[in-house]
Amino acid sequence: MRSEAAAEQHARSYPTLVIGLAALVLALFCISLAIGYAPLDLKQAIGDAVAGRPTLAALVLTELRLPRALIGALVGFSLGITGAAMQGLMRNPLAEPGIIGISGAAALGAVTTFYFGIAGTVSLALPLGGIAGAAAATFLLFVLAGGGVGTMTLILAGVAINSFAGALTSLALNLSPNPYAVSEIVFWLMGSFADRGMPYVLLVTPMMAIGWALLLAAGPALDGLTLGEDTAKSLGFDVGRLRLQLVGGAALSVGSAVAVTGAIGFVGLVVPHLLRPLVESRPGPLLLVSGLGGAALTLAADIMVRLIPVTPELKIGVVTAIIGAPFLFSLIYRLRAEA
Amino acid sequence: MRQNKEKGSVTDSTQTDQPLVEIEASDIAVGFNGMPVLRRVDLAVRSGEMVGLIGPNGSGKTTLLRVLANLRPAQAGVVRYGGLSADEIGARELARRIAYLAQGGAVHWEMRVETLVALGRLPHRRPFQGPSAADRDAIEKALWMADVAQLRRRTMAQVSGGERMRILLARALAVEAETLLADEPTAALDPLHQLQAMDLLREITRQGRGVIVVLHDLALAARFCDRLVLLAHGGVLAQGRPEEVLTDVRLAQAYGVEVLRGERDGVSFLLPWKKAKPCEGDADDDLNTSTNEGAHGPRRPDR
Repeated sequence: MRSEAAAEQHARSYPTLVIGLAALVLALFCISLAIGYAPLDLKQAIGDAVAGRPTLAALVLTELRLPRALIGALVGFSLGITGAAMQGLMRNPLAEPGIIGISGAAALGAVTTFYFGIAGTVSLALPLGGIAGAAAATFLLFVLAGGGVGTMTLILAGVAINSFAGALTSLALNLSPNPYAVSEIVFWLMGSFADRGMPYVLLVTPMMAIGWALLLAAGPALDGLTLGEDTAKSLGFDVGRLRLQLVGGAALSVGSAVAVTGAIGFVGLVVPHLLRPLVESRPGPLLLVSGLGGAALTLAADIMVRLIPVTPELKIGVVTAIIGAPFLFSLIYRLRAEA
Repeated sequence: MRQNKEKGSVTDSTQTDQPLVEIEASDIAVGFNGMPVLRRVDLAVRSGEMVGLIGPNGSGKTTLLRVLANLRPAQAGVVRYGGLSADEIGARELARRIAYLAQGGAVHWEMRVETLVALGRLPHRRPFQGPSAADRDAIEKALWMADVAQLRRRTMAQVSGGERMRILLARALAVEAETLLADEPTAALDPLHQLQAMDLLREITRQGRGVIVVLHDLALAARFCDRLVLLAHGGVLAQGRPEEVLTDVRLAQAYGVEVLRGERDGVSFLLPWKKAKPCEGDADDDLNTSTNEGAHGPRRPDR
């Protein structure tokens, strides 16, 4: 009964929820700018940067801190919104952004550039490799989904793509020419927002924006899917087209996210789960809310990474998994108690 | 049941004068993987009419209903909606004209009752806009008609099986479609709720809308439907008024059962009673016309 009253209150205040989460993201974004390893007078740095003075402070801000915070927010938003979209499509709270295999393929694409040694020599080779991997997986999924297969087949295809990409990634490690390359690959796979410059941001932002738009536009159809595919169809939604739209949206947003930062787990799984009660379990409104929640979580995790004084720096994928897994356990425990 | 609440206000007065044909299917054939399920099916529903789709398990009732709702294609034949094909009408407009209540009633997220019923307004909603006054009005009417208004703040986890079915029915009503296609809305309901659900469907027809309902309960079908379509052996075995369709011969052919018949207060009823004598087999013609006639006189259940 208590949760009922709470749910009602929240349902009426969807705009408030969105504004609140957006404010939280903004606050964490600013904190992320203020925190770093080098001491920085933020006020002076901003002043210098705005005035175009190439001082050290201004460079630290624009070349290091700003891209890092931006990437954190963009990637978090992508993971959160895609997780919500996949859970809506599969009608299953255990679906996550990587379920259709895009993440695994993107990681493989990036690892391939390490393996052939072009990651370090050609600028942006790494994210472009990741994007190429994601694109290949997307092509495969489109051929499948375009042939009119159901959601279950899409999941199975995702499992197949993920395990194949995982196997090839292991192969790259296995055949790696030197231990240095191995550690480089392994560390990259753990996920990090460090040392991604502005070019990375400019590369992925347009792709992510299109992906988000595709996913957000699917909101009403995902609401309709609550009652099953037949009912969604009877409400005027083309479920086949919806699948293509969501595969496309997930590929653009998560494919480019993984391509720049490596694999960051649990965000796309836990955030929609956590925020679902606040939008009364409506899959449509959950999309935007989940995106903002994802951005907040990754920004917070990245702040934590920099506050915990260990060397080498903790990888963000490690942190999200360490926080996420026990959290998931507590959710499962709660679900069990309710059932 | 709050039947008289908004009577008349919902009725589209232009349609009640002469019954319009809302859905007309002609010469429909459907099959799964080359296996024919139904052949040569002709069927129509007019406004203000309740058509019952009956037949044994696997006779193609749900399949036919899905074809009528344009959820799956037919191998042959055409379905016309007010004289137009589904393509001519367009998916969105068709969604406003036809409401579909799926079998089983799966609800995948634990929404509040009110929110769930509001899903019926999706075909009317403009993108990125909240519910209009008409939407709110339709949701309110649907909640009252299905007698679930008092549950509106509960979540779907907090309602009983009977309430759940009525809520899903309210969702379908909220579409305010000309025609409602309902797949076994009385399955898994206790007798009182079965009667309530059927009363509700009748109430819908009184508002000038057409209803096609898949039923397993022959007694309900006989009592509530204007016309019945009996599917068996890959096609329409009989079609017409309940007393024309539910003959001993046809029931033995279709279901392999004998029925008890009775009458009370001028209303006749029937009750599936026992397995028919094993001679129908797969005969698809009236070869065994006399085998079951008059085996039992009408016996009145002592209620």
